[in-house]
Amino acid sequence: MQDDRVSGVWDSMCNPQSAIHCPQSIMSPLLFWTFALLMLVFGVAVVANRNPVASALSLVVSFLGLAALFMSLDAYFIGIIQVLVYAGAVMVLFLFIIMLLDLRAQEGRQISWLALIGGVTVAMVLLAQILYVIHNLKSAQQAFPPLARSTFDDVRNVGLLLFGSYNLPFQIIGVLVLVATIGVVLLSKREPR
Amino acid sequence: MVTLGDYLIVSGILFTIGFAGVMLRRNLIIILMSLELMLNAANLSLVAFSRFHLQPSGLPDYNSQVFVFFVITVAAAEVAVGLAILVALYRTRQTTDVKDITSLKF
Repeated sequence: MQDDRVSGVWDSMCNPQSAIHCPQSIMSPLLFWTFALLMLVFGVAVVANRNPVASALSLVVSFLGLAALFMSLDAYFIGIIQVLVYAGAVMVLFLFIIMLLDLRAQEGRQISWLALIGGVTVAMVLLAQILYVIHNLKSAQQAFPPLARSTFDDVRNVGLLLFGSYNLPFQIIGVLVLVATIGVVLLSKREPR
Repeated sequence: MVTLGDYLIVSGILFTIGFAGVMLRRNLIIILMSLELMLNAANLSLVAFSRFHLQPSGLPDYNSQVFVFFVITVAAAEVAVGLAILVALYRTRQTTDVKDITSLKF
């Protein structure tokens, strides 16, 4: 009851014309560019590092920055799932495999400059195309519209959709994860020779 | 003011970083990590569009968040299978360098 009344007060103040700071507009430019730069710099570090362990740890920081961006878009559930699944499970998997295989930093290999220039060129062409498409997108210059309510049940809404309209895909995903589990066990079993 | 285009540009740059990683690196583990970067770049634009395109009730469009949920699940399964294949490969060849795995090369 109390919570409803408080959020109602916030809603009345949070029309787009009012200058009062709304609680859901945490998309401040400073925070956005901080986390975006964090994510991109450590994303580059993933690719540029010679040591696989350093790459994996850079990937953690990059994913944490991405989770912060998700939360700045009011997608709290997705942000928390991102931290749990990527920064938790997937990263442990990567580090575990690196430890298991005892990979060292590749030092002896000569860098092929032709391949490097070619790869960077193709990537830059792709980036130019993406930026061209975004530049020509009409709605790309618009700011995000304000939400109707300041507090909402993120997990509840996603869950209702997941178990309602997307029930069949959800169960298919469950079968996919089961198949992946069995496949991983079979692949990592040592074959008798 | 942060616009939709800013999020899309950041997402595009992240995708390009992942793409460059797949093109340039020869270590299979790094290639798998770059694949993860590309998947996450797609997730970022999906969530940005979800926040931009509100429902009639004024809440974010949760259809794309459900889609992101599916993408994250499939990506986790993909990493598990990919790393298992990597371990099996390392067991037979003692390498994770794609330059050394050329049996199927034409």
